[in-house]
Amino acid sequence: MPTLTEQILARASGRKRVVPGEIVVIEPDVTLSHDNSAAIAKIFAQLPHKRVKYPERLAITLDHAVPPPTPKHARNHAEIREFVRAQGIQRFYEVGRGICHQVLCEEGVVGPGMTLLGADSHSPHYGWLGAFSAGIGRSEVAALWATGQLWLRVPETLRINLTGSLRRGVTSKDLTLALIGRLGADGAAYMAVEFAGEGLAKLTPDSRAALTNMMAEMGAKSACIPPDDITWRWLRDTLARTRPQDYEQRLDFFEANALYPLADAQVARERTIDLSEVEPMVACPHTVDNTLPLSEVAGRRVDVGFIGTCTNGRLEDLAAAAELVSGRQLRARLLVIPASSLVLRDATEAGYITALLEAGAVIGTPGCGPCMGNHMGVLAPGEVCISSANRNFRGRMGEPTAEIYLANPAVVAASCLVGKLIHPADL
Amino acid sequence: MTKTSHRIWKYGDNINTDVIFPGKYTYTISHDPQELARHALEDLDPTFAARARMGDVIVAGRNFGNGSSREQAVTCLKHAGVRAVIAHSFARIYYRNAINNGLLAIECPPIVDCVETGDLLKLDMAAHEIRACERTFAFAPLPAEVRVILDAGGLIPYLLAEL
Repeated sequence: MPTLTEQILARASGRKRVVPGEIVVIEPDVTLSHDNSAAIAKIFAQLPHKRVKYPERLAITLDHAVPPPTPKHARNHAEIREFVRAQGIQRFYEVGRGICHQVLCEEGVVGPGMTLLGADSHSPHYGWLGAFSAGIGRSEVAALWATGQLWLRVPETLRINLTGSLRRGVTSKDLTLALIGRLGADGAAYMAVEFAGEGLAKLTPDSRAALTNMMAEMGAKSACIPPDDITWRWLRDTLARTRPQDYEQRLDFFEANALYPLADAQVARERTIDLSEVEPMVACPHTVDNTLPLSEVAGRRVDVGFIGTCTNGRLEDLAAAAELVSGRQLRARLLVIPASSLVLRDATEAGYITALLEAGAVIGTPGCGPCMGNHMGVLAPGEVCISSANRNFRGRMGEPTAEIYLANPAVVAASCLVGKLIHPADL
Repeated sequence: MTKTSHRIWKYGDNINTDVIFPGKYTYTISHDPQELARHALEDLDPTFAARARMGDVIVAGRNFGNGSSREQAVTCLKHAGVRAVIAHSFARIYYRNAINNGLLAIECPPIVDCVETGDLLKLDMAAHEIRACERTFAFAPLPAEVRVILDAGGLIPYLLAEL
């Protein structure tokens, strides 16, 4: 029987059944781009198509360098606004609304059973809602704007069965680092990752999003979690806030569109992880699969911390940090950037922002922040950063001599309290 | 087999897009060939951009081009003169971007451990063979649906020819 990914791709390509290795053509429900949209528009302009074929299928966010740090970046945004206006793109999200992957989930643009291709490498993110989503390049997005379709190779599937539940102080981020450390940065190269097992029932929506998002760092083409009660509850609660006028219809559409795993689906590889055995983990400089248990690197110097990004900048992440620093003073600088304006609003109402500010943290505009070294908190030569983001490559945060450690948000906050790597339980 | 010998630049595993083309330039440098070439491999091998010559090839280990989807990580190498990247394996978005921009991306694991920077190789795309260190290495041809894109010089030239 086909996997969940194969079911979605078969439907999207108009075939009865697809098998791994096969090349299929799909018309994705959503094509995503962000600050790279002006560059994509220049490629699009080389094609004879004057109009985007399906403007209603485009989604564009401004998130990677917001607010613009230089006149060049500002002009880039201005060119994107002009394209959006000229082509009549409705799903355009302005500076400050948040990071593409968080915003498109919150706005109900993507839901169960849908397909998204995005000019962003963390596009596997949407699998946490039971969608198929994958990253592509800029030329491919230009081609999608023009023709509405693109070829894909049907991926083999790696199923990861989750049993048990995470211990206190351990998050889905630690699970991803443990997995990537064990299987390597290419451990799921070209593959679809499908999560399964009773352990999923213990994972919150925010932590599920971090899980599928980070599978990009294991080389995966896509990653997905079958929709369940947790998914549907999150969709209902969130869409009721972001689109009160039509959320019932949107949920009806999602329910009709959702696909679910079949009991005897055939997968290429399978792993089982007992969540209760996952330790707090750290990815050390300069690769994501250079992981160690936090206990083995505790005590190393930290100059600055960063909590944010599409991986770990959600409410649950800010809550964990706020709870830890509440009533204390930070020794190392801590930059906190909520993943979206909705996260920022909720964190403000819950008192998390006040707690973080009182401890000495800096709050940034919702967006990607310094994750890829563009602006707003890039590092100085030789600085050591502990980050809740997804990549620690050399030069990633703008400076090749800086060192980046990746961890869960509570470990980032705790480490900034003492100026060295530490687990919250050891404070 | 072509008569041309290609000079090799050899690198290791997991050569990611941030060291190929730093993220800090992604929204300010997109199309200017000289600017793109100037930053090629900047955070991996700062000497590369000045010393690379037209027709050079990169030979690298596993998972070449992992990380960002930025296409400049392909075009900067192309504009620096790189004819092909031959690797043990590629990250999937990089692989697609290479095909879509007419940069040869060839998976050929056995060659990786037998060549060094400065060595020469010959490339035969018709026979799917590489000759280096007095050996001949075969590599798998691309699926026909994908080969047509590469043969056209990339996705945009392919679409233009199709229309």
